[in-house]
Amino acid sequence: MKKYIDQGKNDTRSGYGAGMTELGRTNPNVVALCADLVGSLKIETFIKENPERFFQVGIAEANMMGMAAGLTIGGKIPFPSTFANFATGRVYDQIRQSIAYSNKNVKICASHAGLTLGEDGATHQILEDIGLMKMLPGMTVINPCDYNQTKAATIAIADHVGPVYLRFGRPKVANFTPVDQKFEIGKALMLNEGTDVTIVATGHLVWESLIAAETLEGQGISAEVINIHTIKPLDEVALLKSVKKTGCIVSAEEHNYLGGLGESIARTLATQHPTPQEFVATQDTFGESGTPEQLMEKYGLNNKAIVAAVHRVLKRK
Amino acid sequence: MPNLKELQDLTIQVRRDIVRMVHKVNSGHPGGSLGCTEFMVALYNEVMELKEGFDMDGINEDIFFLSNGHISPVFYSVLARRGYFPIKELSTFRLLNSRLQGHPTTHEGLPGVRVASGSLGQGLSVALGAAQAKKLNKDSHLVYSLHGDGELNEGQNWEAIMYASAKKVDNIIATIDRNGQQIDGPTEEVLAQGDLRPKFEAFGWDVLEIHDGNNLEAVIKGMKEAKSRTGKGKPVCVILHTIMGNGVDFMMYTHAWHGKAPNDEQLATALSQNPETLGDY
Repeated sequence: MKKYIDQGKNDTRSGYGAGMTELGRTNPNVVALCADLVGSLKIETFIKENPERFFQVGIAEANMMGMAAGLTIGGKIPFPSTFANFATGRVYDQIRQSIAYSNKNVKICASHAGLTLGEDGATHQILEDIGLMKMLPGMTVINPCDYNQTKAATIAIADHVGPVYLRFGRPKVANFTPVDQKFEIGKALMLNEGTDVTIVATGHLVWESLIAAETLEGQGISAEVINIHTIKPLDEVALLKSVKKTGCIVSAEEHNYLGGLGESIARTLATQHPTPQEFVATQDTFGESGTPEQLMEKYGLNNKAIVAAVHRVLKRK
Repeated sequence: MPNLKELQDLTIQVRRDIVRMVHKVNSGHPGGSLGCTEFMVALYNEVMELKEGFDMDGINEDIFFLSNGHISPVFYSVLARRGYFPIKELSTFRLLNSRLQGHPTTHEGLPGVRVASGSLGQGLSVALGAAQAKKLNKDSHLVYSLHGDGELNEGQNWEAIMYASAKKVDNIIATIDRNGQQIDGPTEEVLAQGDLRPKFEAFGWDVLEIHDGNNLEAVIKGMKEAKSRTGKGKPVCVILHTIMGNGVDFMMYTHAWHGKAPNDEQLATALSQNPETLGDY
């Protein structure tokens, strides 16, 4: 199987910060907003280099989303950013009316998504945000897998016209995608070709899928691994091509199985090519305090859980 | 600039448009629309500096946001009669496939509308964002917004009110339609606001009041005064005292006509009190 090298653990939120630094230097229309979480979002360099293009709104996310919508009027490309919980559920109606329905060119950037922010617990963990955002007509939903890809995605969404939800996380995780890889919205990436099962993962679960594929290889199972960084629009062509070859699929995401990537895949398959599928996702539950590793273990979101899901789905072929 | 008589004629015609629009589809919000007619006519025909035609970015012109989107009838009528879209299109208000949705939206591409509104309390934030964009673009034109007084119940307003003064957004004039009514009754019974002026002043705004918000001359004078107070480091708030349902006697001084259309007989009465001036759509 194809080998991927961890270039050194890093957090995806720092990828966002690095992307913002570059956008600050290359795109004069990009502006940033933040709700009292500048340090957590890693945008200090953007702010230092472009103080006039940064808007500190305080702990007022509703106002931040409305202001972002307003800043597009006059040609700015606003990047409001905060924790995923406060960037979606807390301000759903502001996003719905002022941004999505109004078709404003706003890039909602959300850190600390999923369980892996760890010890802060369920008030700060959100496992519903992909569902909330993908249900909004016209909203693009992206969940990159590592530092390099988050940086590339941040830069790419500035050139996309229309509202975008970009979701990333807090923990330092393997950084394994090529530093110069171009980010194409809506285009799945084939990480490992296989013949027995398709594993489709997004976000932090992509690296876990690669580890799982290695384990499976040792068991004589050939797993195809696809990195779906864009959940909406979903790359249906890549999905269908793969399952027509392998005949079964496991979806893996740091999100509730309700409303997440897995459900989008299931809909595609049910209507176009019915295929056995297993879900690696949280089971309609809130999170809790713990280390990221402990939480991923307890809630079944690591490479072991992916291997187990593959064994389940293979029996259903 | 039109003269006062022309603006008065336009005001009467807009009132006719409002009651005819809501009557035709037996739905919509005439009360607040009638109360804000003088303000909207003055704003679009005397107060704001506008370019010909419409583009979303509104660079090098004043721009306006309607936060209390339910008073769409007055917004649509004033926009149409200012030339943003054909006047005859007013006849499509709230009909299937119309650009004139129940609440204003950019979704159908209606010229003159820059953001969707209807879910209350969001317009001031949007206006502040647009005002900051104007500053970044070194565009010295102003951003105007209109809000219902009942709408101030929504907490997002107070986030925005706090932001505007803290960040010295002094190129905005936010007007509060102080008609004292909301859906469930008088504002002072539903959720008492007391005196709004010291509230805004405590938040660092420059506040002025227009006591006769249904008098065109008073509105024009007040808004020109508001304009003169911009650019001085503080956001400007206008408290516009109006009478809900103004110009149609049986709709006045009550919240009963907030979201209710007149029947045929009531329409005839309303129209007789506002004889045709510029021609019905």
